[in-house]
Amino acid sequence: MSAVTQTGQAAPGSVPAGGLAARPGLADRGFRWLALGAGLLVLVILVLIAITTTQQASSWFSTEGIKIFSTTWNPAANQFGALPFIYGTAITAIIALVISVPVSIGIALLLTEVVPRRTARPIVYIVDLLAVVPSVVWGLWGILVFAPWIQHIYASIGSGVNGIPVLGSLFGPPTSGASFFTAGIILAFMITPIVTSLSREVIATVPSIDREGAYALGATRWEMIRGVVWPHSQGGVVGAILLGLGRAMGETIAVALVIGSSATITSHLFAPGYNMPAVIANQFGEATGVWRAGLMGLGVLLFAFTIIVNVVARATVERSARRMRGA
Amino acid sequence: MAAIAPPGQADLREPAGWRRTKNRLATILMLVAFVLAIIPLVFVLVTVVAKGASIISWQFLTSSIPFNVAPADVGGMGPAILGTIEITALASVLAVPLGVLGAIYLNEYGGKGLLARFLGFLADVMTGVPSIIMGLFIFAIWVLHFGFSGLAGAFALGCLMLPVVIRSTEEMLKLVPDSLREGSYALGSTKSRVTLTVVLPAALGGIVSGVLLAIARAAGETAPLLFTILTVTEANPNVFSGANTSLPSQIFVNASSPYTGAQARGWGAALTLIAIAFILMIAARLVTARFARYAR
Repeated sequence: MSAVTQTGQAAPGSVPAGGLAARPGLADRGFRWLALGAGLLVLVILVLIAITTTQQASSWFSTEGIKIFSTTWNPAANQFGALPFIYGTAITAIIALVISVPVSIGIALLLTEVVPRRTARPIVYIVDLLAVVPSVVWGLWGILVFAPWIQHIYASIGSGVNGIPVLGSLFGPPTSGASFFTAGIILAFMITPIVTSLSREVIATVPSIDREGAYALGATRWEMIRGVVWPHSQGGVVGAILLGLGRAMGETIAVALVIGSSATITSHLFAPGYNMPAVIANQFGEATGVWRAGLMGLGVLLFAFTIIVNVVARATVERSARRMRGA
Repeated sequence: MAAIAPPGQADLREPAGWRRTKNRLATILMLVAFVLAIIPLVFVLVTVVAKGASIISWQFLTSSIPFNVAPADVGGMGPAILGTIEITALASVLAVPLGVLGAIYLNEYGGKGLLARFLGFLADVMTGVPSIIMGLFIFAIWVLHFGFSGLAGAFALGCLMLPVVIRSTEEMLKLVPDSLREGSYALGSTKSRVTLTVVLPAALGGIVSGVLLAIARAAGETAPLLFTILTVTEANPNVFSGANTSLPSQIFVNASSPYTGAQARGWGAALTLIAIAFILMIAARLVTARFARYAR
């Protein structure tokens, strides 16, 4: 019996040699490797970015040592301290988040909890249009239209708070149209679409049965949002905000045009400043030697900061999504 | 009998007093948030159209870039438009096939495995890498050895597009129902054949739409081009060698120029750039509406 079966299986032509679980053909395996190679390209590029930029920046790290974090950046005097730019990056990103986060969360709640689906779609399109306007166009508008207009507002606020302890040192003179604050406002416009769309995705995953439960208990919409939507989506919204932070830190051209290009550390938000991507964009073309290495080094630091922020943000979003599925 | 409600019955009308006021206030604040977001958008678009429309003409779109001091009615942005088209096209040729292949690995081969999840995570992280870093990277790895060229710019833009294409394509592949794959396997197809002849065509509409959006985003990028194409004013039809120029880089140069003629040309270039981005975006929507079989 078994002998017959075996000969039957071995009969040529009926089934490919080795049975149905045969090794796939060369073309099939080749395609698999090709796809794997394309997938691995992401890893390869990220590793290459880290290696090559660090290599190009090595003379900055070695000649300046710990002084890379000093407060003076003066290429003419061979002083290349990165602190003014790190400070500027942090300040502009914080201003952008303070403006953008309430607006983004407000729009996300409007889209998910208030308006019907039919109305939500055009609103989504309109908010996404903010992301379609290229960075350089924001910069062009910012420096030629927005900054000249807002500098009068800065000036009157500045003279109003001059001398008042905390407010005076934040908003007092010197004031200038191109400043930390202008850069922060433009950044806020630019990151609003991404924070909105990610928050909306997170909020949309709140189970509708929970919402209905809250309504059944007599909650108003706002009470339902506070009691059901917020606890559910908190983690994911924090992740969305962090992604917005990453964008705000790395956004280059618009900021390079409107930040005022002055490598100073000051508490005056209406004064001209600088940040990391802007100084790279403005000075890299003319830089040589340690100066160029320093700018490359700022790039390495910026790359490291944004990678950390993005990894934390994605991990936060993913963890909250997992918890939501488990719930 | 039921005509008179007993005095102790619960009030089932809308909540009154402070609770209702707070609820209304919250709703109004959400609307205010939306209005706050569209104000800058409207301002930017109106300004760009108002200042750009008057200068745009066939002559503006085709003639060469003059010196910054030239008045507004002299010259145009021809070389920059040519540069933007050739560099963005080359970047797409490089990044789109690789991105789609990468997405095929993530969704069709890797599945829920550790490597695929890790690579998907990295693609997400890579979308967050600032565009100027891509410029520095290509400068360090390519320009230092082979000089400035449109190709170098295309590499930088391609690096930006790659993760976006991977993620949007993967989303579309996820939407293809497994029954299609199983039907094809049942007919004896190999995996590569199932992927190429069944899964990809089924998801094509969505993939094309995502790719068009990625191209629209890349066409507006300035930072990755600054140190890769160098921004000259002469037209350079050879995308593979020699310094080149692009619309965004010219806008960047003209925005910091004190001359009104140069600024006017900057607005014209901005309108052209936004028009290109909008056309690509509308095309993406049309493709989605017409061809996408499985929409989200």
